[in-house]
Amino acid sequence: MASFPAVLRSEWTKIRSVRSTIWTLALTFVVTLGVGALLSLLTNNNFEEFRSDNTPFDATGTAFSGILLGELAIIVFGVLAIGNEYSSGMIRVTLAAVPQRGTLLTGKAVVLGGLALAVSLVTAFLTFFTGQALLGDHSTSLGEPNVLRAVFGAALYLTMLCLFSAGVTTMLHNQTLALGVLVPFFFLLSPILSAVPGAKTVAHYFPDYAGSRMLLVYEQNGQPYGPWAGFLICLAWTVAALAGGALVLKNRDA
Amino acid sequence: MIELHDLTKRYGKTLAVDRLSFKVPQGVVTGFLGPNGAGKSTTMRMILDLDRPTGGRVTIDGKRYGQLSEPLKYIGALLEAKAVHPGRTARDHLLWLAQSNRIPERRVDEALGLVGLTPVARKRARGFSLGMGQRLGIACALLGDPEIVMFDEPVNGLDPEGILWIRNLMKRLAAEGRTVFVSSHLMSEMAVTADHLVVIGRGRLLADLPMAEFIRRNSRSAVRLRTPQPERLLDALAGAGVRHEAGPTGSVEVVDGDLAALGELAAANGVVLHELSPQQASLEEAFMQMTADAVEYHAGDGPGRDAAGAPGVWGADWKGGAAGQPAARGTEEN
Repeated sequence: MASFPAVLRSEWTKIRSVRSTIWTLALTFVVTLGVGALLSLLTNNNFEEFRSDNTPFDATGTAFSGILLGELAIIVFGVLAIGNEYSSGMIRVTLAAVPQRGTLLTGKAVVLGGLALAVSLVTAFLTFFTGQALLGDHSTSLGEPNVLRAVFGAALYLTMLCLFSAGVTTMLHNQTLALGVLVPFFFLLSPILSAVPGAKTVAHYFPDYAGSRMLLVYEQNGQPYGPWAGFLICLAWTVAALAGGALVLKNRDA
Repeated sequence: MIELHDLTKRYGKTLAVDRLSFKVPQGVVTGFLGPNGAGKSTTMRMILDLDRPTGGRVTIDGKRYGQLSEPLKYIGALLEAKAVHPGRTARDHLLWLAQSNRIPERRVDEALGLVGLTPVARKRARGFSLGMGQRLGIACALLGDPEIVMFDEPVNGLDPEGILWIRNLMKRLAAEGRTVFVSSHLMSEMAVTADHLVVIGRGRLLADLPMAEFIRRNSRSAVRLRTPQPERLLDALAGAGVRHEAGPTGSVEVVDGDLAALGELAAANGVVLHELSPQQASLEEAFMQMTADAVEYHAGDGPGRDAAGAPGVWGADWKGGAAGQPAARGTEEN
């Protein structure tokens, strides 16, 4: 059997030696933090106009306003990290070197997930602190109820979406197809369906809606389930996508 | 040693590889020859466990490929040029490959030197020519210092210098005692490099023999005679008891004939000759002849013949020739 640490080292070399890794991860950080900072600043400057209803103000959520764009970058990272092997034909070199396909995909997921988690944690905490600094008097702190959970939730949310995308890409074994399916799904289909009365119930169980429940500090009206249930639903999607990818990888001719 | 036992691959209705059994002899260059679509690449992918056989099995030193731990130390393969991420440097490409099989990092630089890519080691593969991509692929194959190397159509698309380089490399690898298994659709290429031949057509084994034996068996020499007096020539040949056959454009050919004797025979009978020339069939022709013969032979081989092989001369489909049978093609998409 292939040595698992050797597979990890090899996959780490692969991931650090292409520019798309740096670009997509840097974009995740910049977009999440930048958009969040901008909205925090605007909210602070126009607080009375922005706040008309009597629900409690979610300073954490405001800081994380950019995550919907940031998640797109980390999804692209997940797709490219797996998909470039298929687009270049390198997958056959990889599988000839590591014929144990389950071990290979596990190694890929560990390296990909580890790197995504590290970047997501840095992104989440810096985004939170930047947002709070710009929210001035309306800011919150990590000591407030549910806030720390929400910040970690943001990091886990990004990481899980990245791994979900990697799993879907392995299933589709095609980078372009995976981007063509995932980007419209997360950017168009899921948000639109979440707003359509009939389809709402279904859309509420999509990985992005479920995962983003982890970011909520206050209970919202009409919310189907809490943050921990949301985490588990998102995790289930991620595990299912990776398991599906493993199944396809194991049984398909490369 | 690579051993195939009844290896079979079916894609839908197409039988790409059909009960193929042979052994790749150790320490020599074995040419794996067959027309395009014969199933060579499919066979090689099955050897590496990339494609799963429909039936039969293939072993390397008695083990399935998937059972090899760190397979690059046993067998190195070049399947396609430029199976490299375009944004990764040549050195990084070899580095991840080395790490996956716990091959020491210094081997990366050695392999780069071996194929002459040291000057571009830190250049991204995007800018590589086909020849450089091929060299990088060969560096991958040699990385683990394997006993067996396998190249799929390594000279395709290369310039003469690159072709010469690969030929010499294969000879050198065999001289070092390694087993070299190389596919080609060009007999002429194999004639100068291979010691042993495995010929397949439409997924079936057609021949498995030493190169010298192939040349001895299949090279046909003949004397060609051309005359404005064909009746007199034929009478003369018949009178002397010489077997002859019709050559191209009205000429007459005598297989294994003696040039001088035939010239004298014509003179003795007062036949005017416009041509008296020795003809040597090229190995390429011999290969095509063998492929055609074998396919026809199998086609008439009773009910055991599978639907995959319609009788016909190889190449008849693209030549639009008289045979006109639609040839069943294996998938050889890469």
